[in-house]
Amino acid sequence: MGLTLTQKILSAKAGREVKPGELIEIDVDMVLGNDITAPVAIKEFEKIGVDKVFDNTKIALVPDHFVPSKDIKSAEQVNVMRKFAKKYNIVNFFEVGRMGIEHALLPEQGLVLPGDVVIGADSHTCTYGALTCFATGVGSTDMAAAMATGKAWFKVPEAIKFVLKGNLGKWVSGKDVILYIIGKIGVDGALYKSMEFTGNIKALSIDDRFTIANMAIEAGAKNGIFDFDEITEAYVKKRAKREYKVFERDEDAEYSEVIEINLDDIRPQVAFPHLPENTRSIDEVGKVKIDQVVIGSCTNGRLSDMEIAYRILKGKKVHPDVRLIIFPATQEIYLECVKRGYIEEFIKAGAAVSTPTCGPCLGGHMGVLAKGERALATTNRNFVGRMGHPESEVYLASPAVAAASAIAGYIVSPEEVE
Amino acid sequence: MQGKAIKYGDNIDTDVIIPARFLNTSDPKELAEHCMEDLDREFKNKVKEGDILVVGENFGCGSSREHAPLAIKASGISCIIAKSFARIFYRNAINIGLPILESREAVDGIEEGDIVSVDVDNGIIRNVTKGTEFKAQPFPEFIKEIIKYGGLINYVREKVR
Ligand code: SF4
Repeated sequence: MGLTLTQKILSAKAGREVKPGELIEIDVDMVLGNDITAPVAIKEFEKIGVDKVFDNTKIALVPDHFVPSKDIKSAEQVNVMRKFAKKYNIVNFFEVGRMGIEHALLPEQGLVLPGDVVIGADSHTCTYGALTCFATGVGSTDMAAAMATGKAWFKVPEAIKFVLKGNLGKWVSGKDVILYIIGKIGVDGALYKSMEFTGNIKALSIDDRFTIANMAIEAGAKNGIFDFDEITEAYVKKRAKREYKVFERDEDAEYSEVIEINLDDIRPQVAFPHLPENTRSIDEVGKVKIDQVVIGSCTNGRLSDMEIAYRILKGKKVHPDVRLIIFPATQEIYLECVKRGYIEEFIKAGAAVSTPTCGPCLGGHMGVLAKGERALATTNRNFVGRMGHPESEVYLASPAVAAASAIAGYIVSPEEVE
Repeated sequence: MQGKAIKYGDNIDTDVIIPARFLNTSDPKELAEHCMEDLDREFKNKVKEGDILVVGENFGCGSSREHAPLAIKASGISCIIAKSFARIFYRNAINIGLPILESREAVDGIEEGDIVSVDVDNGIIRNVTKGTEFKAQPFPEFIKEIIKYGGLINYVREKVR
């Protein structure tokens, strides 16, 4: 029996052919933590009783959730990371002003590459699967153990194969594709499994792929992973500072399910509260008034997302009853937005633009919702209380829908404000 | 272990187990103060040391925050029985030494307030109130090993010694 793409990578690390369901302990190429999870991991690491980390170049510490520190407690948490990074000479510690949201930052910095096994104490670590590597979210204790030993344990997953056909319509993006898929299979539709994307992946830019792999976790998946092609190569070539390895699935690989996705059929999608699976096509949304629009996050804070927001907002005004908050995902993206004049247009349109942070995405700071308020966000979760008060609501959509809706004051298709 | 069942439904996510607004600390006691509060304001008052959480599908979906199982454990819950767990929650619970079991039948056969006893090693769940018994999938050897050491950190400490 042949192996799926994920099983191929895991087999290479294990040094033998692995089978689905089997538990393996393998070496990891990168271990990630943020200002919520790393302090817990550091506390656990100290209990192990080793005097060094397994490799000071293979750990990334990214304070991004509550930075620039929103209160004393969060400042203390970042300080725990900062001191740990100094003590163990962790090369990849990203200070405020030089940072970005972890899942946009690591690929941009060339720290995660094809063929890698990456664990991160953050559920959206699965984002990097866009680059044909195995990347998955773990907990702080896993992170602590991996920082000491360089290893992690996994159950080898089965996979669902998604075969993409056709092309994306105007105003349709990777976000719509993944919301559409989650709407189809549900928030536990890929529980414990890999989601492998193949077929006409050329229809998707690398940013689209990051967005899709990012939300694999919202279908319960262990990881999302794309085939390697020229688009992947163009992205990693200019960033990689080390060798990487390209894997392909076996022709006769076995899948628990094969699902065909016709990209031509997908309209802009909106996920209604309080689960990402409550999706509707933009044509079936009705008139939903909104108080706040958030464009950014590890799902949709990349340059192409900023570009589409700019194209829609240029020369327009944000609706008087709406607050629009835009947060580019990394300093590099932010700077490019400045150079291209996007930020100026955002501000003229009446938006608040923020330094990179997770901020509003998790109801941390920089845009927390009051009781009864409703937000439309390009983020990835719309659980109860995700963005603030337990009685507030979050709707999920693409940057195009978000920007258009910020102008209209209620959820609309970009076609309506063009 | 034996305790009273506290029961909730499907897709209970980590944002309601412990909302992000309380994540600027990692102190288990502080976290336990806010455990489940967006879902059930009464949880804090009704949970007693040793109680057993009985839940539906995909328990613990959402973020990777270990604060979620830590908050549950610190609130006094001794074991979680679910129809299914979200995978990061599953490994986090094992890694911190919080016993968890998967059994659809047991979840359907237990009501809030029933007294439940659990034999984690053999995967046996008894509803003492109703006099019924269910079998869950026992853990694979490797995971039993981690649980035997009381969590991943102790396990690793033994190994690097
Ligand atoms: S942007 Fe949101 S989903 Fe992404 S890492 Fe930050 S908090 Fe998590």
